Amino acid sequence: MTRYIGRRLMLSLVTLWLLVTIVFVIANVLPNDIGRTILGPFAPQESVDQLNERLGTNRPILVQYASSILGIVTLDFGDSYVTGQPVWPQLFEAMGRSVKLAGLALLITIPLAVTAGLYAARRRDRLSDRAIVLVGVTSSSIPEFVTGTILVVVVGVQLGLLPVLATPPPDADIPTTIRYLLMPATAMAIVYFGYIARMTRAGTIDVLQSDYARTAAMKGLTAGQTMRRHVLRNALIPTVAVIAVQVGYLFGGIIAVEKIFNYNGMGQTMLMAAQRKDIPMLTAGAIVIGIVYMVATLIADLTIAWMNPRIRLDTEH
Amino acid sequence: MVDVIVEPAPIGPIAAPAASERSQARRETIRLLVRRPAFIIGNIVMIGWILTAILGQRITPYDPFNSFSAGHLPPSAEHLMGTDRLGRDVLSRVMVGSRDVLIVAPLAAMLGVTAGTLLGLIMGFYRGKVDDVLSRLVEAFLALPVILVALLTLVVLGSSPLVVIFVVGILFTPIVARTVRSAVLSERELDYVTAAKLRGESGLFILSREIFPNVLGPTVVEMTVRFGYAIFTVATLSFLGVGIQPPSPDWGLTVSQEYNNMISGVWWPTLFPALAIASTVVAVNLIADSLQSVLSE
Repeated sequence: MTRYIGRRLMLSLVTLWLLVTIVFVIANVLPNDIGRTILGPFAPQESVDQLNERLGTNRPILVQYASSILGIVTLDFGDSYVTGQPVWPQLFEAMGRSVKLAGLALLITIPLAVTAGLYAARRRDRLSDRAIVLVGVTSSSIPEFVTGTILVVVVGVQLGLLPVLATPPPDADIPTTIRYLLMPATAMAIVYFGYIARMTRAGTIDVLQSDYARTAAMKGLTAGQTMRRHVLRNALIPTVAVIAVQVGYLFGGIIAVEKIFNYNGMGQTMLMAAQRKDIPMLTAGAIVIGIVYMVATLIADLTIAWMNPRIRLDTEH
Repeated sequence: MVDVIVEPAPIGPIAAPAASERSQARRETIRLLVRRPAFIIGNIVMIGWILTAILGQRITPYDPFNSFSAGHLPPSAEHLMGTDRLGRDVLSRVMVGSRDVLIVAPLAAMLGVTAGTLLGLIMGFYRGKVDDVLSRLVEAFLALPVILVALLTLVVLGSSPLVVIFVVGILFTPIVARTVRSAVLSERELDYVTAAKLRGESGLFILSREIFPNVLGPTVVEMTVRFGYAIFTVATLSFLGVGIQPPSPDWGLTVSQEYNNMISGVWWPTLFPALAIASTVVAVNLIADSLQSVLSE
């Protein structure tokens, strides 16, 4: 197992380095003049030069690359082009708020989706299965901001059940905070319901067709016993993988949701940065979410290896 | 399970068995597809939006761009979906709102699928060093949050439809490459590939004439799935203000211009474009899902 973990960690580091490089290329190599990009086409050349001097964007590309790699190792993502302050503390604080929202979305969606997927797999090709598959396809294909809009109109404005803006009052207790976050979290949960439910269903159907599931049934176990003792462990492997992937996407989709519900998390921070052309903030956001995704898939891979010895033993030969 | 009735192949001239078999297989696929209500419904909705996009002003009740009534009139018999903040008819604007996204999204999907298929074929067929390096790169791209990286690129390069197509297309490339690669990996172990190798065919020939036709199924499915995601992504980018630019009546853009008014009870200029986006992406995904289950049977 240690060997497996070691190998997996090494690969993650390589991926991280490539990811940082891709983001660096987009942010620093694609634009030929960052000062010009920020100030616009009508600014005088002197101020563009001055800005480039101040931002350090007139240095050779390789020097900039080296300093950005060094920065990431020390969690220093550079200073904001707008405020001149380091980007990381502000980003970290905003992420904390986003984690609350994303966490609630996952808490809503995972139990529902896994239950629906298992239920559908056991009633394969019957009406309830078809219905769950259809709901899954529908829910995962609609963008979060569309679901959010529909929720605001129906639940917030017409029925008046939940607050339309997501930011709770500063001294709110936990139930109040959840009440405020419930609608945006639901908008996100709906998108992920489809992916997770379909993956659980497919994984379970695969396992239910296996020889050992048939043997379990033939030696007289009830359907429930077969599920608990033999099927679940293997059937949920693809589900664990897809949940990890979704954690990464969750932070991508959160930008639009935070805009609709005016929630001051990292999505809003990124949008604000985009409007002000604050490139260090955007690159930091992209890299940090990339790291979140990588850590999530790493945890998933380790969980899967723990769930299924065949995978972890495979690498030791 | 849909029971498939395999009719005996007609005895014809020996010269062209492959062609007739292939066209028969295609007919069979189409026959299975049209029996699926999801496929039919998806196509009806898509054709509907394509028609309104093409016919445009000829069939809209009002001029979607230059006809101004009072602003924010609620839905009524005169304006079935009400009017927007400038007093333009929401129904007319929704009807022409699919134009930009239905050009940008398919092109982005096509770019992503073409590049991704090429990459996947190369990775799966040649394996070894090339595959190792490219796989790491694909892995790194997959870790990137699509919307955020698109946001960054569009800020850096400035937004135009062409940049949106390229950004979304390139971000989709690694996802397609991974799918095609795994399809190729299982194909290349099959006997027909060994046979072609023994015949002394070149790698390029085997790849393009032997393996590619056999991974066409997953590629077609991937194309429709990517088209759905492209609409999803382009609509989201437009909503965030970096996709389709004003004065387009684009749905995502309209939602971003009007969503602030929902709180004061003016929901119609936001809800109807939002529902239009929902109907389009669901339609595409219904088609993709039907294709997937029919082609994998």
